Amino acid sequence: MKSKTSVLLLIVLLLFALFPFVGEKFYVQLVAKVMIMAIFAMSLDLLVGYSGLVSLGHAAFFGLAGYVLARLAPQYEAASLWTSLPLALAACAAFALLTGLLVLRTSGVYFIMVTLAFAQMLFFVFHDTPLGGGSDGIYLYAKPELMLGGTSLLNLEDHRVFYWFVLGLVAAVYLLLQRLLDANFGRALIGIKSNEHRMRALGYDTFRYKLGIYMLSGMLAGLAGYLAAMQYGFVNPDILGWHTSGSVLVMVILGGMGTLHGAALGAFVFILLQEVLSNQAWFGPVAKHWQLAMGLFIIAVALFLPRGLAGLSGQRKLREETHG
Amino acid sequence: MDFYSFLIQLLNGVQYGLLLFLVASGLTLVFGIMGIINLAHGSFYMVGAYLAFSLAGLTGNLFTALPLGIGVSVLLGFALEWLFYRHLYARDHLYQVLMTYGLILVFEELRSIIWGDDVHGVAVPDLLSASLPLTDNLSYPVYRLAMSGVCLLIAGGLYGLIKKTRLGMMIRAGSSNREMAEALGVNIKRVYTVVFALGVALAAFAGMIAAPVSSVYPNMGAQVLIICFVVVVIGGIGSVWGALLAAILIGLTDTFGKVLLPDYAGMSTYILMALVLLWRPEGLFKR
Repeated sequence: MKSKTSVLLLIVLLLFALFPFVGEKFYVQLVAKVMIMAIFAMSLDLLVGYSGLVSLGHAAFFGLAGYVLARLAPQYEAASLWTSLPLALAACAAFALLTGLLVLRTSGVYFIMVTLAFAQMLFFVFHDTPLGGGSDGIYLYAKPELMLGGTSLLNLEDHRVFYWFVLGLVAAVYLLLQRLLDANFGRALIGIKSNEHRMRALGYDTFRYKLGIYMLSGMLAGLAGYLAAMQYGFVNPDILGWHTSGSVLVMVILGGMGTLHGAALGAFVFILLQEVLSNQAWFGPVAKHWQLAMGLFIIAVALFLPRGLAGLSGQRKLREETHG
Repeated sequence: MDFYSFLIQLLNGVQYGLLLFLVASGLTLVFGIMGIINLAHGSFYMVGAYLAFSLAGLTGNLFTALPLGIGVSVLLGFALEWLFYRHLYARDHLYQVLMTYGLILVFEELRSIIWGDDVHGVAVPDLLSASLPLTDNLSYPVYRLAMSGVCLLIAGGLYGLIKKTRLGMMIRAGSSNREMAEALGVNIKRVYTVVFALGVALAAFAGMIAAPVSSVYPNMGAQVLIICFVVVVIGGIGSVWGALLAAILIGLTDTFGKVLLPDYAGMSTYILMALVLLWRPEGLFKR
């Protein structure tokens, strides 16, 4: 990571950390939502931007982790974060392993359709069977607790504490991924993206790399889904639905693929745009049909802004390097 | 399950499969020939169903609504190809996914603005409203049989079009080697436009004839689209005959799944897909 970028990121982090002191509760919660979506978008960027795997079923992991939390939580009481989070992530890893063995046998357009199909399968698992709560979903009456020897470490029910908790996780995920992608693992992925045959000829077991990144990506999407379920206080099949997968893909491309902060930026702009367009105070009855404007915006991005928002600024050179 | 209940479910499964084939054939043609993955294909099915609702209400009969609806959907196909899709032929699938996802949102909102969010029904035409008695208390609606018959006719027509006509020759040439076809004087852009409009018309037609059976409701395209992806994956992308076989397989799996294991029926088709992927990752009829 270049030092200039590091300083910039540190300033951004500091500004975000200070925000709850000045922002109203509604906005603090909104930014927390944006940050959760940033984790989700970064996790998908690992596949789309770094590995060339366009997944249209990423909501599966997001929703699965949320449902695991909802299932583990005792009714009307808080679950333990120590057990529910690792179990949610483990479930995502297992689902990624199981489906990854199948979907990674395909590529290109098949991959898109098959990931969508498997996510839809999971949708029906929670929609139809007694495992989920039908189309109404399941309520979470309390946020999971972070206990140590009988005392609570963090009061996550407080919107500010929750915000900082999420911020810490975003920063940790970002740093972890930055390190990982700078290391051999990330280099190998970029090599596989640009020419898989070449990497195989060089002796890389490309399937294992792809499976590895698929599982990691699924687990991080699960982390985001866990946090989202915590914040909303309920899970329903919609969070597994394909509109969730579509939205997060839009975030990644909107921000600019193959740059982690681009994905985060995309999440920020997407959620904000959603809030603005559906604001009844500003757009009155038109706000009900905000998806029309969103759809047109997405079409415009696809047609005119292939490199996303991050591609507008000085990131062009970096992206060309990563794309080889 | 006794013989007649089995027969009814069998006919339902085949009918559902043939209907899926109409939608999936357009999807697989557009992908096989133009290299476009079109998420908005399900929206064309929805547009067809709503057109049937409006036009049948206007003209008083589904039979008169059908040709009008086909005309409208062909025009819609030409317009969409010209406005949006032709800019994406050379682009990565990612942008095709993005743009067609945007189109879905636009279509859903336009549907909400024009037709509202209520569920509507479309009357079965009087001529086909009868039922064939099977036993004392079981019967089978003629309309469903007619649907299957029409779908089979269209499948035959598609076969003839692709294998026997000059346009079909150009379509096959364009899908196997675009540059060579162009060098030999085929106006490939026009072929693309025609194929796309054909795909839109097929999906919309499927929506129109399905409207009396399934009723007309918001987001009806999404479910069909995802099932059609499964059909295309099982059949092999670009293969119309693979799509036909896979569609009937899916239709039967789904119908019998709903009868035998209602809680797990939603998953059954996807499990079938997983099994096919294990066996043949590129579908049953990879070209």
